[in-house]
Amino acid sequence: MSFVIRGRVWKYGDNINTDIISPGQYMSYPVEKQAEHAMEAIDAEFAKKVQPGDVIVAGNNFGSGSSRETAQMVLKYHKIGAIVANSFARIFYRNSINVGLPVVEMIDTSVIEEGDEIEINLLEGKIINHTKGEEYEGTKLPEHLIEMVKVGGLEPYLAKKLGIS
Amino acid sequence: MGMTMSEKILAKASGKSSVKAGEIVWVNVDIALMHDLLGPWLVDGGFRRLGGKLFDKDKVVVVSDHCTPPATVQQADILKFTRDWARNHDLPYYYEFEGPCHQVIVEHGHVRPGRLILGTDSHTCMAGALGAFATGIGSTEMIGVLLTGETWLKVPETIKVVWDGKLKEGVYAKDIVLKTIKELGHAGATYQTIEFSGSAIKELSMDERLVLSNMAVEAGAKTGLIEPDETVVEYLRSKGVQDEIELFASDEDAVYSHVLHFDASELEPQVACPHEVDNVHPVSDVEGKAVDQVYLGSCTNGRIGDLRIAAEILKGRKIAKHVRCLVVPASQHVWMQANKEGILTTLTEAGCIVNMPSCGACGGFTSGVIGAGEVVMSSSNRNFRGRMGSSDGEVYLGSPATVAATAIEGKIADPRKYLSKEVML
Repeated sequence: MSFVIRGRVWKYGDNINTDIISPGQYMSYPVEKQAEHAMEAIDAEFAKKVQPGDVIVAGNNFGSGSSRETAQMVLKYHKIGAIVANSFARIFYRNSINVGLPVVEMIDTSVIEEGDEIEINLLEGKIINHTKGEEYEGTKLPEHLIEMVKVGGLEPYLAKKLGIS
Repeated sequence: MGMTMSEKILAKASGKSSVKAGEIVWVNVDIALMHDLLGPWLVDGGFRRLGGKLFDKDKVVVVSDHCTPPATVQQADILKFTRDWARNHDLPYYYEFEGPCHQVIVEHGHVRPGRLILGTDSHTCMAGALGAFATGIGSTEMIGVLLTGETWLKVPETIKVVWDGKLKEGVYAKDIVLKTIKELGHAGATYQTIEFSGSAIKELSMDERLVLSNMAVEAGAKTGLIEPDETVVEYLRSKGVQDEIELFASDEDAVYSHVLHFDASELEPQVACPHEVDNVHPVSDVEGKAVDQVYLGSCTNGRIGDLRIAAEILKGRKIAKHVRCLVVPASQHVWMQANKEGILTTLTEAGCIVNMPSCGACGGFTSGVIGAGEVVMSSSNRNFRGRMGSSDGEVYLGSPATVAATAIEGKIADPRKYLSKEVML
């Protein structure tokens, strides 16, 4: 996982839950099929128009609900670069770190708009809005997770810990 | 400084004499729980790449409940994969067609006070009703747990939610938890433990207490704990647990992030309206809203006590003509007990359809999903857009009594009028 991510913004509101990101009725299908339905309950265009490297910016409580990692799987399938939100639901936050999907908290994401080009520095917790020429303060990655993020998530981290190449 | 229940359990799990909120600790896991949809078929690749050896097969419990019975070939494939995986790893605890995992692990004695339980499902927190620290994790994290038996956890702060007073007739644990979630907000307890306490909680049966802990995550909580007492001991004994059961409580000088007080005697039946669980109103605000389906069951509210209440309301009555009433007992045990007591007959005579215990339509998986424009009143735990099927459907949540009353009228209804003796005469 890279510590600096730059991409175009998809902007959403509060409580984007896991049933919206990864609807239950498609969870038993292969990831490419699941990914076609990502976010469709609130945005029918997302799965059709999202581009690799795009970032999601949202309000409070992003990823609430289920522990389903299919939520991360579909976002990674679409090659989402990072998610910036006012706050995250805890299981979603943890899962994202574990699978190498960058997540950053920022107190007020309302200053960022759909289509803005932003750059996120995970280690410094800085967010630069290139479209608006602004810079915002986000949260830094917690120290105990830096190593895990550096190697790309929990699986490679465990491989290293267990001495498996 | 005293410790909360969470701090005590995590201290024990991390081999320390004490821990405090905010600390990050490595913990030993007592039970690793997986279900079919978020279990072996997602975990297996990484697990095998990292050696594929279970840390302790006696501590791994797998329950197939989401794809049961399979509604599609894909679900059948996942179910077969799960069953084969359990057999190939020689797991002593694999359950299938028994009901939702959260109920199954409670009924089979896997949940004990003081244990640390991690499961690949957000409602794993239900086990907190017996005084276990139980929380949901993702499938990737489960790979690490299966291999090492350990993971890291941040010791959470605790919100103490005190319910004193006596509940009125027609008002239940579901109404308590919906009102609590309304006050906390759906992210109000994020990263924290909710500890339910007070005289009203102490009086609740085991069946009812499980409702509270089940829904703690709907306020964002990491787990929902209730101090274990004789009710828990009696329950476990009735399930054949013979080992010593250690009871414990938060210390009197434990530190809470905040404390909320409620008066149970003032509570009315509550309904969570679309599309968030904290969009809660007294039933009187939404009475008369027409529904297409009612869903009586799930791991939240499909236990024997719930079915008894529904049967009391529906006995000798008929559900509204245009309404489907699906009954989903929380387990095979519950199904059998309800059958013995004649409850399934009562419900069927009223016009209900009894489905097999499973996650079913609660998560939009099988048996009873809804179409565009349809409205459900459900006793389950989540009403997100698209949760039970079409994203153009609507899900309302209430107690089994509210669900049963709604079935009779075909419109959201206050259950109290069907319970009061005067009306019954």
